[in-house]
Amino acid sequence: MQIEEKHVMTMLVDNEPGVVSRVAGLFSGKGFNIESICSSPTHDPRVSRITIVTQANAPVVEQIEKQLRKLVNVIKLRGLNGPRCVRRELALACIQFKPEQRAEVLKVVELLNGKIADAGLSHLIVEVSGEQEEVQTALNLLEPYGIKKLTRTGPIGLIREPK
Amino acid sequence: MEMTGSQILMQVLLEEGVDTIFGFPGGAVIDIYDELAKTEIRHILVRHEQGAVHAADGYARASGKVGVCLVTSGPGATNTVTGIATAHADSIPLVVITGQVPTHLIGNDAFQEVDIVGITRPCTKHNYLVKSTADLARTVKEAFYLARSGRPGPVLVDIPKNVANSRSLYHPLGPIRMRAYNPTYQPNVKQLRQVARLVETAERPVIFSGGGVILSGGGAELTRLARSHRIPVTTSLMGLGGFPGDDPLFLGMLGMHGTYAANMSTGACDLLLGVGVRFDDRVTGKTEAFASQAQIVHIDIDPTSIRKNVPVSVPLVGDCRASLQQLNAMTTEEPNAAVADKRRKWLDRIGEWKETQPLSYQQDRAIKPQYVVEQVCALTKGEAIVTTEVGQNQMWAAQYYRFNHPNHFITSGGLGTMGFGLPAAIGAQIACPEKTVVDIAGDGSIQMNIQEMATAVQYGLPVKIVVLNNGYLGMVRQWQELFYGRRYSATRIEYAPDFVKLAEAYGAMGLRARRPEEVIPVLTEGLSVKRPVIMDFVVEAEESVYPMVPAGAPITEMLLV
Repeated sequence: MQIEEKHVMTMLVDNEPGVVSRVAGLFSGKGFNIESICSSPTHDPRVSRITIVTQANAPVVEQIEKQLRKLVNVIKLRGLNGPRCVRRELALACIQFKPEQRAEVLKVVELLNGKIADAGLSHLIVEVSGEQEEVQTALNLLEPYGIKKLTRTGPIGLIREPK
Repeated sequence: MEMTGSQILMQVLLEEGVDTIFGFPGGAVIDIYDELAKTEIRHILVRHEQGAVHAADGYARASGKVGVCLVTSGPGATNTVTGIATAHADSIPLVVITGQVPTHLIGNDAFQEVDIVGITRPCTKHNYLVKSTADLARTVKEAFYLARSGRPGPVLVDIPKNVANSRSLYHPLGPIRMRAYNPTYQPNVKQLRQVARLVETAERPVIFSGGGVILSGGGAELTRLARSHRIPVTTSLMGLGGFPGDDPLFLGMLGMHGTYAANMSTGACDLLLGVGVRFDDRVTGKTEAFASQAQIVHIDIDPTSIRKNVPVSVPLVGDCRASLQQLNAMTTEEPNAAVADKRRKWLDRIGEWKETQPLSYQQDRAIKPQYVVEQVCALTKGEAIVTTEVGQNQMWAAQYYRFNHPNHFITSGGLGTMGFGLPAAIGAQIACPEKTVVDIAGDGSIQMNIQEMATAVQYGLPVKIVVLNNGYLGMVRQWQELFYGRRYSATRIEYAPDFVKLAEAYGAMGLRARRPEEVIPVLTEGLSVKRPVIMDFVVEAEESVYPMVPAGAPITEMLLV
């Protein structure tokens, strides 16, 4: 049994209706797992970029990548793993706390380089971004104060240009 | 020039060389049908849309051209799904045109509306919903290009009624190019050299040839390679006919119902040269034990086929014919004594397997289905186009009919679609009017698309239907016998029509044989008339297909007769 590892892949696709469905349908139809998926148009309005995180062993990853390349709407696909890539994730967390904890929470948010996207007497919506691990650490630190709602983009990324 | 969508569609179909369409009209395609009637394109009116797709599929397999279907929206479209999935599993080039409700009604649950593009996404090579008449010509051109290029497959084009009705400027388009779709035809030379070296140094090589060899027209190159190096050849079900069945190097089919010689050779070989195959589970049995002594070379145009099911020593992505051609150019010599010497030991060993465990059956008082197939082969001199249904009839056809040419064995290999054989025979007969076309069927599966008898009679297509009538859904019965304590749950066909009268009711000829000595007379008469014929052979009820490899076992562990 080969070890399953987290694998990030990024692809350029035709920006057409149904393309995300083709990509996602390929995963579900072949029994592959999507951990996160993020899609939006690029600077070229005809082209979108989809980033997917999957958990699989090496032969399965090879098969997933080949199957994705076979889709007529997939223009280019690359792995997005290791140090030659820049990866970022963004999370929005709605923290709910007692009014007397407010100052403490604000301090933690500052410490985490978080941004405050919305604020009330007993809640904050905090925006944190960074490598997936950094985001996870931030959320772990915020958790004791009470996370009411949470959303994460999943990682997006680009491959670095040669120096 | 300004034209309606329907006119543009006809124009593109003609440009693509379409001369026959299989279809069934309806409200959403009435304008397209109106335009179709004004062209030279022949339309074959089937009796069920599933029949249209299978017929187009049979036409494509027999002719090597793209098969085309035209059906209406909603149920017309959903009825094509099994046929599309069948073609997809076997990589058959089809363009399926479905009508759709007008664009302003899409998503409204309109009458006869269904999201056929959504439904067929996983079983087409690609599909399209055409949103504007201006896009129609390019879309249909792309559909044909995709269907026939690379690893072929079915492409569906969904055309809303108002797209067919509206007018748009039409300019003939040049050859299609698509940014993200570039199949690799020419193999990598470095990889090819590795393959050549293996071919030259292997002591116990076996070629395993599949449907890709037939689709690419690579049969002659394969035969040349095998003969010049004296390499024995086995094939998948889809590969039958890619190498002459009469050649002494032919081992027979591989896998679950493969021959003893083919399965044993694959188990013992030191080089397995897989060409245009996908190492399906029906071929490999237990994958860990498959060709366990061999280096596996895998030549295929579809990179996803490679290393999907079995580990491969040398992968080679490319068109089968082009790859074999180059391999021949690198290695082939005229067959000579040195090669014969080198190969003698291996071929002797194989000869022993062939001799000790040939395909066999005992002909006694009841008609044996294998005997019927053998006689069909003898009386057609092995030159007929044979279609099959699915199950025992299909396996006996594969085992006992000797296929010497490509494109002569037409069967639903991947999906295993019962009801495929009759409509496929109709399509094949239209593609090859001069050929004898025989559907080898069972009494179960023939009833799944029996309505197409009317199509055969209407168009005067003299297809010959050989029903191996055992009163059972025989393949499942066989499994129940072997693995389920003979509990024949739902496999006894307790009531079936009188096939002779049924044939006559359709206006075809019906014949029946109950005893072995009636087999040849019935076949002789049935094959000689220029009409569709159903020949009902009442065969041994509990005959089983052997050899058989139980599911999940190594293919060298066969149940023999």
